[in-house]
Amino acid sequence: MNKCVERLYNGLIKENPTFVLMLGMCPTLAVTTSAINGLGMGLSTMVVLALSNMIISALRKIIPDKVRIPAYIVIIATFVTIVELLMHAFVPGLYSALGIYISLIVVNCIILGRAESYASKNPVLPSLFDGIGMGLGFTMALTLIGLLREFLGAGTLFGFATANIFGDTFGNVLLNVFHKAIAPNSKGILGFFEEIVSIELGSFSPVGILVMAPGAFFVLATLTMIQNLIKDKGAKAGKDTSKIGSGCSSDCMNCKDTSCSKRLVEPEKEVITEEAEDVKEEEVKDEQ
Amino acid sequence: MSENTEKKEAKKLLKVSSNPHVRDGMNTRSIMLAVVIALMPATIFGIINFGYHAFLVVATAVGFSVLAEFVMCKILKKPVSISDCSAIVTGLLLGLNLPPMFPLWMTAVGACFAIVVVKMLFGGLGQNFMNPALGARCFLVISFAKYMTNFNCDAYTGATPLAVLKSGGAVNIYDMVIGRTAGTIGETSMIAIVLGACFLIALGIIDLRIPGMYILSFVIFILIFGKRGFDFNFVCAHLAGGGLMLGAFFMATDYVTRPITKKGQYVYGILLGILTGIFRIFGASAEGVSYAIILGNLLVPLIEKITLPKAFGKGGENS
Repeated sequence: MNKCVERLYNGLIKENPTFVLMLGMCPTLAVTTSAINGLGMGLSTMVVLALSNMIISALRKIIPDKVRIPAYIVIIATFVTIVELLMHAFVPGLYSALGIYISLIVVNCIILGRAESYASKNPVLPSLFDGIGMGLGFTMALTLIGLLREFLGAGTLFGFATANIFGDTFGNVLLNVFHKAIAPNSKGILGFFEEIVSIELGSFSPVGILVMAPGAFFVLATLTMIQNLIKDKGAKAGKDTSKIGSGCSSDCMNCKDTSCSKRLVEPEKEVITEEAEDVKEEEVKDEQ
Repeated sequence: MSENTEKKEAKKLLKVSSNPHVRDGMNTRSIMLAVVIALMPATIFGIINFGYHAFLVVATAVGFSVLAEFVMCKILKKPVSISDCSAIVTGLLLGLNLPPMFPLWMTAVGACFAIVVVKMLFGGLGQNFMNPALGARCFLVISFAKYMTNFNCDAYTGATPLAVLKSGGAVNIYDMVIGRTAGTIGETSMIAIVLGACFLIALGIIDLRIPGMYILSFVIFILIFGKRGFDFNFVCAHLAGGGLMLGAFFMATDYVTRPITKKGQYVYGILLGILTGIFRIFGASAEGVSYAIILGNLLVPLIEKITLPKAFGKGGENS
């Protein structure tokens, strides 16, 4: 597979930042009250992610290892500021809806994570596509969560009232049809039945908790569960579900990458002596 | 002796069940059945009082609770646990906490939420961190506020006694004690609830530690902060109105979500009384029992931590 296409596939499906890596939970939970908010947040994050990945990758040999995090932050913050000002100018509605979370893209752990684990070690073009892939994966996830929360919690899709598609709320339409069959206030067992069904149909309303804070957890958990279910089924059918690409096999014990951000286990403490440093410097020279 | 037979024997000896771990004729099933019987006076009174739709609500809540538990057990490939009757109690308590004209599909959603999310996803009976019925009630209040606060039915229209009290009106204490007021299906009749509670106390299933401290601390709180001085009618109305009695006797005493230690139970009861008082007097809505108990449930691990009795020989000067 082409390296760039592989990065896109990796970001969208295999290492989806929201459902698989569980990164960037703060914007995921906070802004997905509607599909359009999720889409806007995802796309602005994607722009910052792709561009910062590209620049960090281009500068990866210049940035000293000890101050790499501040250097990354400067690069990321630059792009966030650009995106923020552009959004303020051209999409003020979305800008005010997302609020503080646009500025908070600076400390979004997907961006720092990709800078640290991919862009700082790989050439420019794959890094750019890694950013786009991860950004698309994030956008897809946020839009999906927003779509579900908006539809179930408020009865709208991208701001259009789906409930009113038949001219009236869905329940009222059904109620009118029902009342043509059985007249309201009829007597006897029929009236009894009519009253019960009227209460059911007349109360057709969205589940309001889903657009509030708890709803974000419910929807995210459900979608992650479905994702794991599909993955398990795939694994049972013999499909390769291992992550690709960024060199991480989740096996921190045998991993030589000491700068890995997801590192859980320290295999051996490297004793940094002058000799070792000399060797390191030589290696760097060799690479160059 | 091979290792296998040893393991088998160990398996036989090791019986895993939820508390109480008392060797007695009483088990989860008989306790739950006793609770169901104890809830019957309130249920029957509610159905007679509010009409047929109240019966449909309670039946839907119970039916869907049991169904949800059955389906979840099948999905999770666990032994089917509906025979311990705890799902019936959850459904019954949820049904009693709903308004009489509450739509049935919402009732079904609430019952499924109680069992699936609050109970089964956390590991089933004994593992849930909050009372499933109250969790579902709060879920429904947040989701369908309009329907959860609409207590109009054929028999009664208008506000609940607590809402009347909140806006400074006068209420009829006699009607409130009997239960002839607007409210949720099972909460209105103080007499019916106390009758059921006496049955449970007589059987030794619940004791007065939590309900007693709950009601006592609530009364003291109302007397101090109620802004009515020592108004006997006001205190009685607050005791008889709303879900205080149902909550204190049937939901605060839930074995799973109450503290185990005796000292902890006193603390828990006082905490619930104060929280209910705060919600009722200073809160935006007239009722606060369900939120108070849920908040108390969340604090139970902390209460148990600070009230854990010292083991013999531990502590003291030379420890």
